[in-house]
Order: sequence, then C-alpha cells, then structure tokens
Amino acid sequence: MSVSSIIFLLLFISASALFIRNIRRVRRNILLGKDEVRNDRKGERWKIMTLVALGQKKMFKRPLPAILHLFVYVGFVLINIEVLEMFIDGAFGTHRVLSFLNFEGFPLYTYMIGSFEIFAFLVTFGCAVFLIRRNITKVKRLVMKELDGWPKSDANIILISEILIMCSLFLMNAAELTTYQRANLLGSMLPVSQYLVPFLSGISDEGLHIIANACWWFHIFGVFAFLNYLVISKHFHIVLAFPNVFYANLNPKGKFTNLGSVTNEVKAMLDPTFTPPPANPDQPMRFGAKDVQDLSWKQLMDAYTCTECGRCTSACPANQTGKLLSPRKIMMDTRDRLEEVGKNIDKNGKFVDDGKALSGNYITPEELWACTSCNACVEECPVNIDPLGIIIDLRRYLVMEQSAAPTELNMMFTNVENNGAPWAFAQSDRLNWKNEF
Amino acid sequence: MEIQVKTYAEYLASGESPEILFWVGCAGSFDDRAKKITRAIVRILDHVGMKFAVLGTEESCTGDPAKRAGNEFLFQMQAMNNITVLNGYNVKKIVTGCPHCFNTLKNEYPALGGNYEVIHHTQLVQELIDAGKLKVQGGAFKGKKITYHDACYLGRANSVYEAPREAIKALDADLAEMKRSREKGFCCGAGGAQMFKEAEKGNKEVNVERTEEALELTPSVIATACPFCMTMMSDGVKHFNKESSVKVLDIAEIVVGGLKE
Ligand code: SF4
Ligand code: SF4
Repeated sequence: MSVSSIIFLLLFISASALFIRNIRRVRRNILLGKDEVRNDRKGERWKIMTLVALGQKKMFKRPLPAILHLFVYVGFVLINIEVLEMFIDGAFGTHRVLSFLNFEGFPLYTYMIGSFEIFAFLVTFGCAVFLIRRNITKVKRLVMKELDGWPKSDANIILISEILIMCSLFLMNAAELTTYQRANLLGSMLPVSQYLVPFLSGISDEGLHIIANACWWFHIFGVFAFLNYLVISKHFHIVLAFPNVFYANLNPKGKFTNLGSVTNEVKAMLDPTFTPPPANPDQPMRFGAKDVQDLSWKQLMDAYTCTECGRCTSACPANQTGKLLSPRKIMMDTRDRLEEVGKNIDKNGKFVDDGKALSGNYITPEELWACTSCNACVEECPVNIDPLGIIIDLRRYLVMEQSAAPTELNMMFTNVENNGAPWAFAQSDRLNWKNEF
Repeated sequence: MEIQVKTYAEYLASGESPEILFWVGCAGSFDDRAKKITRAIVRILDHVGMKFAVLGTEESCTGDPAKRAGNEFLFQMQAMNNITVLNGYNVKKIVTGCPHCFNTLKNEYPALGGNYEVIHHTQLVQELIDAGKLKVQGGAFKGKKITYHDACYLGRANSVYEAPREAIKALDADLAEMKRSREKGFCCGAGGAQMFKEAEKGNKEVNVERTEEALELTPSVIATACPFCMTMMSDGVKHFNKESSVKVLDIAEIVVGGLKE
C-alpha cells in the first residue's frame, strides 16, 4: 500500500470517527428534550419532506435566493459523485477510477466531469452572490444585530470554503488537461477549466502534476474539514433539514400544545373525585419552559436545524416595528444554550446547575411579550421550524411558575377568571347586544 | 319584523332544538363596535331562516387570550367549564364571530373533551352563498375597491383564506390585495394577548404599519373578519385621519349591506 493511500485512509478514518462522535453528541443533546410524538401520519410526513426539504418548496417564495440556493444545493449533491471517485482513488491508489466510462465514440466520463464543472461553476457563482448579499449590498435580514460576531463569520467561512473547494476542482482539472493536451491524449474540452489552461501552459509536466496532486489533497481535506465543521455551524441544516421537516408539526398552526400536567390539576380542582395519575419521578414537574431541557426534542432539533436565514424575522410584525423580538434569535439562543448545557454534561458527566437558563440569561421577557402569536415566522421558515412554540413555552414558565406576567395581562387574567371575559364586564350583561337592534 | 334571538335554554324549553350554536365571543358581546358585527351575523342567520341559538349569559371566554399569554391553567379552567355547558346541551355545530374563538373551539377543545363542528362566520356566509340560500347584490359596494386584511387566526392558523374573499367577490366589488396577503398576511398587532397590554418598546405600532399598507391601495373599505383586527385597523385609519374616506367593515356587515330583499 502506498504512503498516500495510508495517509488518505488515516484521514478518512479519523474524519469519520470525529463526525460520528459529533453526531452522537448532537443526538444526545436533542434527546435532552421532553417526549413528543412526531412519528404518526407517516405518509403525510414523507410527502412534506419530499416537497419542502428535498424540493425546497418554501424557498421559492423568494425566487432569487431560491435559484442561487438551488445551484449550490444541486451542485453539492452531484459533485459528491466525483468526491466518491476521489475516495476510491485515495484508498486504492488509482487515478480517476471511473474513467473506464469513457467509451469509444462516447466519452461518458468526460461528459460527467464536464457537467460537474458546470455545476461547480454555478455553486461558485451562487456562493459569490451570497457573499455579496451579506457583505456588500447588505440585505437587511442578513446583517441584523443578532448575527454580529460568530454567526456572521460562520456564514462567510462556509461560503468562502465552498468557493475554495470548487476552485481546487477547476485547477486540478486544468492542470491535468494541460498535460493531456501536451501529450495529445485527450481531445475533448472541459467547459470551465479549459479557460485556465493558457495560464498553466508555461509550467512543466512535473509542476502540473504537483499542482493537480495538491488540489486533489486540498479538495479531500476540505471535504473532511467541512463535514466536521457542519456540527458547530448553521450549515448543519444540510443534514437536519430532512428529519426536521419529516417530524414537523402537521396540525393547524393555530393549535397550541395542550399541557397534560395542567389538565390533571384542573380536573382535580373541578372534580374532587378525580385522582391524577402518579407523576413521573424522572421528569420534574414544571409548567412551561425555563431551560432547554423543558422543551421537546423536536424544539431542540429545530434549534440545530436553523440556518439563520432570517426569513422568520423579516416577516415578524414585532421585529418589523422595532421591537426586540426576533424569532431567529429565539432559535439561535436555544441552540447556544443547548450547546452550553451539552458542554456542561461532557465536562461533569451529568448536568450540573450553572445558575443560568434559557429564560432570562438568553431570552428576555421583553422579547417574549412582544409576540403576537401570528405564525408568520412558522409560515416563512423554509425548513418548518416553529419559533412560536418555544416562545409560548417560555411565556408559560414566566406566568405559571414565576407569576411574572405584565400587569395588564394579570388584570386580563383576573377578568377572565371572575367575569368570563378579558374585560371588566359582568357576565350577566353578555346578551345585552340583542336589545340594541 | 323584530329579529328573534333565542338562547339554547329557551330552545330546549320550547321543545325545539336549534341547527347551530352562534358563539358570540367576548368582543362580540361587550365591545360596542364588535356588537354591530354580532348583529350583522344575526341578520344573516335570520335572513336565511336558520334556527340558531346563543348561550347568552352561559357563554364565557374560550380562554384564548389566557392560553396565548401562557396561562394554561386559566385556559383549561375556562375550556372545561365551557365544554360542560356545550356538552350539556349536546351541541353539534358552532359558528363563531371571532377567529380566536373559532381556532380555540375547533383545535384546542377536542383534547379536553369538546368535539364540535366549528366554522367561522365567513365560512358560513360562503356556504350559504354557494348553496344559493344567501343572495347578495353589489348594492352600495358594487365596483368599490375593498381590500381584505387576513386575520392570523383564520388565515395562517387555519388556512381559511378564500371564504372572506368569496363574499367580497359575490358583491361585484373590486377586491384589491395588499402586498402582504394570504400566507404572507401581516398581523394587525392584537393577537397573542397583545390586545390587552401596551405594546413593547419599538419604533412603530403594528396596526399603523398594517393600515399604512392598506391605505396605499386607496380602498373605500378595509374588510376584516375579526373583532380585534377591527379595533386595530379602525385605530389605524383614525391615526391617518382617514375615517371619512375609508370604512373598516366586517365581512358580515358588508354582506348585510348587499342582501337582496
Ligand atoms: S408568531 Fe411571534 S415571533 Fe413569530 S412572527 Fe409572529 S410575532 Fe413574530
Ligand atoms: S427559524 Fe427558519 S426562517 Fe428563521 S432563521 Fe431559522 S431557518 Fe431561517
């Protein structure tokens, strides 16, 4: 076995092992959430996953970014065929192992590589426009305050790495093309890299070989690095979008969750003969969510899936009228806190109270109370994330555990309780309207 | 002839049972502007001769504002008490005057033991028009520009987008759409219990933003289907001093304006 095969295999094994470890960590973190049944209605779920995740249906509400995103998405998927070839080459020391597909009179392999080049070009183009939208034309939803710092760098790192990885492909092809042409071996042209050939013509065969080799390794290395970068990045959506849409809420958006724990208490209050089922000692009873462990696993998966695109925030009536609330920030905060809790567990073996919580340290009451529960964020999200559900669970904690509702809302509660209406009118006057015809 | 409004209890006492329960809602019962919508809905029910009942003083808040504000206890107390009343009368079908009541009764009561067929009044209007029972003509609205503001709890929350629009179209009115409509509709600012509190600090009121968008179309009528949207949009129109040229009307009121005798 050649040295390069050994290096490749070592790289391959360590990158895969690291990836598996990372994925298990994410899985463990997601499962810190509470149970929620989301595996019913399988048929509908497959359908919505095909339409929304695979088919990008909701992206097309905004055509320009949708088309550019489609370039990157399709390009990414197809170029993986070439990456597969690179893996085989790397492991067995072959060179372009699929080139046997170049048949006499029908150079299928060259066509394949040619079309990958076109896709790689579209990926590069898409990423370049995305970089411009983020850094030069500054599309509003892409430069908001909550993206300052790491999220902004994260986005740029992803786009620049994708461009570099694609460029290494072009340069590799161009270097080989130059040698081939010199030896009169390969007549057919590659659609993008042929334009790089003139720049390389002064380099010796030996030099070209080194360039091609270096590009190959750069590409391989880039792919492995990218794989493991995903887990700490918003780019994780390329994996999680699929399960996240599959397990999405299928009920009407206006239907909020029913708190079973409350139902038992209310039943016991209304009917003295009712005995509530014994509480589960493993899950401390808490009304609403104080921290990430009080959310459901699906809400935590949502947080890992969020790609920080800000479509939700740009449709949010509270945010658009200058309030502090941003549904995207709700998702980012949930993920950040979940990561913090995960690290805490990694360090201590189990979660040790760190005096912090999602409610308060990350998301403030001012944000929560600005929400109109209009569902615009839920409707907009291209990967069917539900920020509203988290907002309501956090409100529940503020109200039911901390009695910390705004004064006017406490007045409204009192009215509902005493008069059966949110205003201070007597229930006995409810039918007065009929006397005013 | 005077319009008869009977309660469920009165129906049962006379040995009859109504076809449908009209769930009026708190705004429809107490808010002066919304009471006019309530009477418009009753006019429509009366016009088609539908046997409807109200709960009257036995009706109580569905609990929607409590639930959206995070007070699940209060919500479930309200819900269970209401369900006891509704099940006691063996209610089968409900029409509501408010998208919030509609959503709560339809989606959130079943888990607590309240199973009814629930429709919003705009859906009833559409059904009646489709069935030829409700005949409307353009009348005062013919050719007038009307824009419809989607209520979140009717639209996105329950995917009811067409029923209110069909009613406007049936009047030969010119239905003009705002940039943000249907799935993209922009909230009036009242939902999620905001109606009952001051807005958080910001740089604009949500209802002003929305009314501005509606006024760009220079409509003669802004149509709503929710008593809270009604309040918010009316306040918005006042904010721009446009009360004299732009009316805010509920779909039910518009339909009553176009009823054929
Ligand atoms: S539901 Fe709340 S957070 Fe989502 S868009 Fe509406 S106001 Fe904003
Ligand atoms: S929640 Fe959805 S719409 Fe909002 S930023 Fe995340 S991915 Fe985008």
